[in-house]
Amino acid sequence: MARLGMVIDTRQCVGCMDCVVACKTENDVPDGHCRDWISQRLEGAMPDLHLTITSERCNHCDRPPCVTCCPTGASHVHDYGKVVLVDHDKCIGCKACLASCPYGARFVHPEGYADKCTFCIHRVEKGELPACVAVCPTHAMHFGDLDDPQSEVSRLIASRRHFVLKPDAGTGPRIYYLE
Amino acid sequence: MLEFVTTRHNPMVDPALHVWGWEIPVYLFLGGWVAGSMIISGWLARRGRQPGDGCVCHVLPWLSLVLLSLGMGALFLDLEHRLYVWRMYLTFQPLSPMSWGGWILILVYPVLLLGALTSIPTDLLSRWPAVAALAARLRQPEAAGRLGMVSIVAGIALGIYTGILLSSLGARPLWSSAALGPLFLVSGLSTGAAFAHLIARNPDEQASLLKADTVFLAVELALIGLVLVGLLTASAVHANAAALLLGGPYTAVFWVLVVGLGILLPLLLQALMVSHRIPHTVIAPLLVIGGGLALRFVIVSAGQYSHWISP
Repeated sequence: MARLGMVIDTRQCVGCMDCVVACKTENDVPDGHCRDWISQRLEGAMPDLHLTITSERCNHCDRPPCVTCCPTGASHVHDYGKVVLVDHDKCIGCKACLASCPYGARFVHPEGYADKCTFCIHRVEKGELPACVAVCPTHAMHFGDLDDPQSEVSRLIASRRHFVLKPDAGTGPRIYYLE
Repeated sequence: MLEFVTTRHNPMVDPALHVWGWEIPVYLFLGGWVAGSMIISGWLARRGRQPGDGCVCHVLPWLSLVLLSLGMGALFLDLEHRLYVWRMYLTFQPLSPMSWGGWILILVYPVLLLGALTSIPTDLLSRWPAVAALAARLRQPEAAGRLGMVSIVAGIALGIYTGILLSSLGARPLWSSAALGPLFLVSGLSTGAAFAHLIARNPDEQASLLKADTVFLAVELALIGLVLVGLLTASAVHANAAALLLGGPYTAVFWVLVVGLGILLPLLLQALMVSHRIPHTVIAPLLVIGGGLALRFVIVSAGQYSHWISP
């Protein structure tokens, strides 16, 4: 079974927010909410400044705390690609998953259920790329099976220095950022 | 220099997590209060109390039913997808303390109802022979003792789960303490004992409840110390979370309302009452009850404010 993940090249990402707009359009994300976002981290002292731009979203963790805390099983690991999803009809809106996510990746949809990035599973199951990856104008984003050593994402992780967000939270995030 | 800019802006998540308002602290407080009351009434029932003897154990199940219903009402108000709440009872999720809680509440209600049934005078039940027979059977010493034990076990489960519910959410470092479950249980016990002391009419019962509450308060204080020491000696993330209560924005409200007015002052007053230096007063129990509520508000609020600090 595939274990889908994402690799984002921070050297190529310019923070244009095309991924954010594509996600909102593809998934009809309600106004005032977002499933993905851009973060900019500026470190150092003049003139030695280092800017890191990261396109962030749900990390579809290997040990997802949002799934274990869910009282109804609405938050679950999908058979296809081990993607973390929310079954809207099972969600009671208790918000435990929002509190359990160290990435703040979830929000309450105006209709009452917890919502977040799905890796565009409806597209991926048809063999397409997630909307954010498909539109990236600098080709900074890559998507594929992390368990397949021959996949593009696995080869990038093997060949480049990389980091994940909040590794000390211990959730096993599956979005890798190339340095 | 470190400058961090994010375009994310999701209500309830940004700028700081605020998913639970007044409803959850009120529910946790009322749940703890009911848990404490169940343990105390169960313990008194096991000591062979009988209807008509004025024991608070006959009143506590009724009050607990009201308090628990109010708490569940608050819990229901907190849900965002309320019409789907029945989904909770189509499954049991062993790794989710919230799922345990849902089922524990289902167990608690019948135990409280049976406890309340034993305190109804026999003549009032004459119209319903089956209910009267059940009540008579439950009043038998052996059955009353068993029901008392079930009440104690259900009370412990209810009280401890309210703390574990929070401590299982590892993304909030302030809640990452195994002592949070026992702390909420003992806080519930002290609230329950304070309230029982407030309504008790029998002087012997008042005295024993007073002594018990004094012990519960001392244990609660020790557990608060344990939670803080545990956080301070863990990772930097956890030490930062503890700093919220030790110099951070929640310091004043925590040390004044929870520790000072909610534990230390009533502990002092109750120690004076136990040694008969001052007469019994309603001030100490009322402070204990207020302190229990403040504890839930501070822990729930500060816990949401705490987060993992790495990028």
